[in-house]
Amino acid sequence: METILELEIPASPEYIAIARLVVSSIASSRRNLPDDRIDDLKLAVSEACTNAIEAYGPTVDEDGSDGRVRILVQDDDEKLEVDVADNGPGFDPDDLPTHPPVTDPERLNFERGLGIPLIRTLVDDVQFVSTPGGTSVRMTVYGEPLELHPPEEFGPDETLTEG
Amino acid sequence: MDLGLAVDDSHPPYTVLAVKGEVDVYTAPRLREKLVELVSQGKHQIIVDLEGVDFLDSTGLGVLVGGLKRLRSHDGDLGLVCTQQRILKVFEITGLTKVFAIHDSVEAAAAR
Repeated sequence: METILELEIPASPEYIAIARLVVSSIASSRRNLPDDRIDDLKLAVSEACTNAIEAYGPTVDEDGSDGRVRILVQDDDEKLEVDVADNGPGFDPDDLPTHPPVTDPERLNFERGLGIPLIRTLVDDVQFVSTPGGTSVRMTVYGEPLELHPPEEFGPDETLTEG
Repeated sequence: MDLGLAVDDSHPPYTVLAVKGEVDVYTAPRLREKLVELVSQGKHQIIVDLEGVDFLDSTGLGVLVGGLKRLRSHDGDLGLVCTQQRILKVFEITGLTKVFAIHDSVEAAAAR
């Protein structure tokens, strides 16, 4: 795996837009993925960053100055991986509250908790590693790398001739 | 990052709230405040126009669910206008297409 981006943002909501934009831009420049898959990754990264910031809860100042969210993007020939990590108190991803079915009027009492189901649907694979020292979410998208061809005028066969 | 929130009362009895920009955990509180404000002004039939929205996350969905709940408690309703596939997809994945009436245009939403 080749590391293509390491990004650290303060644990504050105003920085999430930058993080998702940078990650999705890099993914579209590196991978042969259709636009809707890039949109899916962008949303998944945003949800993971939101969860990471909320994991700090009231332990950080409102401007996020005491907490950091770390984003690592790596890829190889078959996949691109995005890790989003925080140092919050952690949670159990298998012990999330379940919502009533959408046809149940009680469903309207649940405004939160949609982020992790969304992440699970939007990317090909997701792993949560949560410990008391922090949580890491690894999201994987499979797909070919984008072949990068050097511009023709700088091609390897180019020879300089006089006259 | 600015969130555009434009109120249009030209489709009575409906109030149209046109949202423009990216709705996420940073901007969603402004959408929530605007919906609360409209309800407190007695506007209980609201159409939220999402055609100008470039990005919508689960926080934005949560605010819309909260708005619908608030309006239903006043015998009102909250309808949506959305034709963008990438935004509709978020409603489909979460099953919320069954909770909200989603229309192709403001005119269609106001013709109910």
